[in-house]
Amino acid sequence: MTSVGTGYDLSNSVFSPDGRNFQVEYASKAVENGGTSIGLKTKNGIVFAVEKIITSKLLVPGKNNRIQTIGRSIGAVYSGLLPDGRHLVSRGRDEFNSYRSQYKEDITVPYLIDRLGNYVQAYTCYNSVRPFGITSIIGGIDEDGTHLYMLEPSGSYWGYKGAATGKGRQSAKNELEKLNLDELSTRDAVKEAARIIYQAHEDNKDKDFEIEISWISKEETKGLHQFVPEDLLNEAKQYAEDKLNEDEDEDEEDEDENMEE
Amino acid sequence: MEHDPFRWGRPSDQAYGEYNNSIAHAGQQQSFPKMNTQQPIVTGTSVIAIKFKDGIVIAADNLGSYGSLARFTDVERLFPVGDHAVVGISGDISDLQYVSRLLEDLEIENNYDYDGHSLRAPHIHEYLQKVFYHRRSKMDPLWNSTIVGGLDDSGKPFLKYVDLLGVQYSAPTLATGFGAYLALPILRKVVFEEKDVEKIDEETARNAIKECMKVLFYRDARSLDKYSLITITKKNGVVFEKGLKSEEQSWRFAKDIKGYGTQKV
Repeated sequence: MTSVGTGYDLSNSVFSPDGRNFQVEYASKAVENGGTSIGLKTKNGIVFAVEKIITSKLLVPGKNNRIQTIGRSIGAVYSGLLPDGRHLVSRGRDEFNSYRSQYKEDITVPYLIDRLGNYVQAYTCYNSVRPFGITSIIGGIDEDGTHLYMLEPSGSYWGYKGAATGKGRQSAKNELEKLNLDELSTRDAVKEAARIIYQAHEDNKDKDFEIEISWISKEETKGLHQFVPEDLLNEAKQYAEDKLNEDEDEDEEDEDENMEE
Repeated sequence: MEHDPFRWGRPSDQAYGEYNNSIAHAGQQQSFPKMNTQQPIVTGTSVIAIKFKDGIVIAADNLGSYGSLARFTDVERLFPVGDHAVVGISGDISDLQYVSRLLEDLEIENNYDYDGHSLRAPHIHEYLQKVFYHRRSKMDPLWNSTIVGGLDDSGKPFLKYVDLLGVQYSAPTLATGFGAYLALPILRKVVFEEKDVEKIDEETARNAIKECMKVLFYRDARSLDKYSLITITKKNGVVFEKGLKSEEQSWRFAKDIKGYGTQKV
């Protein structure tokens, strides 16, 4: 970043001469170092998964969730600053409930994400605040079907079939592209999600991590956003580990063959 | 020349007469004292429920009466909440709709946390009792009597009543409205006190409730022979049956009733 130190990066809402907003870009940097989050959209459901780096052995396993429920059949996961994510989810819940009390029906996912997008964008416009240090993946089921979006610190959001953010996003995206998400069942998507998180963690192997997976599906959870049950989580972890070992074995075999040559 | 700057640009009193300030303050002005609900308007009649050894059975018909007019015939008055509870509501239908929305909000909020706790019947009853008593203390009651049924924290059958005054009580058989006079005596023949619950199976409880719904249709002039029935057990959770009909009715006695309608006595 050549323009760093020119003074254009010190305050929010100020463009640099070449048309960049540095505070927003720095916020994205905060996201890039966070644990990997992914979201998958299948034909009938949504799956969220996140890699939680264990920063202390004293932390209680299964607590300090990074996947949260915004309302009934809408969930969110985020990479970046944890408290910023908590705040965004809290705002999402307020939006969900106020829409319900006004219109006596549930908010649609595209409308919710639009409201949240505007909210996040406002934090790039004022000097008294800083942008959100998170990229969040938000998805759910409404009367029009399944939806998955990714919302960035700038306030821009895009619809996805599979979305990834955080440190391991690059390899996660590669793996997501290989999946046939239109044919995949939501149950199988849970396993693939685990695999992708395990794979994305490979570059960060020295640190311990915990995996968190949730899903939304008419068939499996009555349309509610819920964490996957214990046995399915274990099954998914096992599947991920097996797949990873398979790949490693293949690599070793390849290497052996090369040696022979 | 008008010297008051606040009057500049306004219609002059000379041309239009003095401004009627009540127009600008139409909302705040009260020509009548504040009034809260004085009586229910569209109403639902009895809700009846009974415990059996594995759970509870609860039923309510689908009628919304406008006074003596059978105005709406497809009103659902049983509301499952969470995985092991149901709320049956009689009384004012608009207040019923409000309460049902409160219950939905409660459920949504409960789903935020994944702490292993689930919303159970005793919690829902406690909450509803607080809401009803708060509203009666504001002299603006929600005009309903309700029965909350389901399983408690230890998985035992739970049945408790709460009404527009915040009055609450628990019993192995419960009924609201006319059901308290017409159905309870029949249900008490099946289960008289708490220790009888152990002896009763689902089949017996169901049949007793069905029989009571029929009796209620015979004798309660604000009732319907179409009703919903919910069974809650640990094994099967909430089983919702809608649009049941009271079968094997016999109205032969009707011809002997004299003194009503257009008949000559």
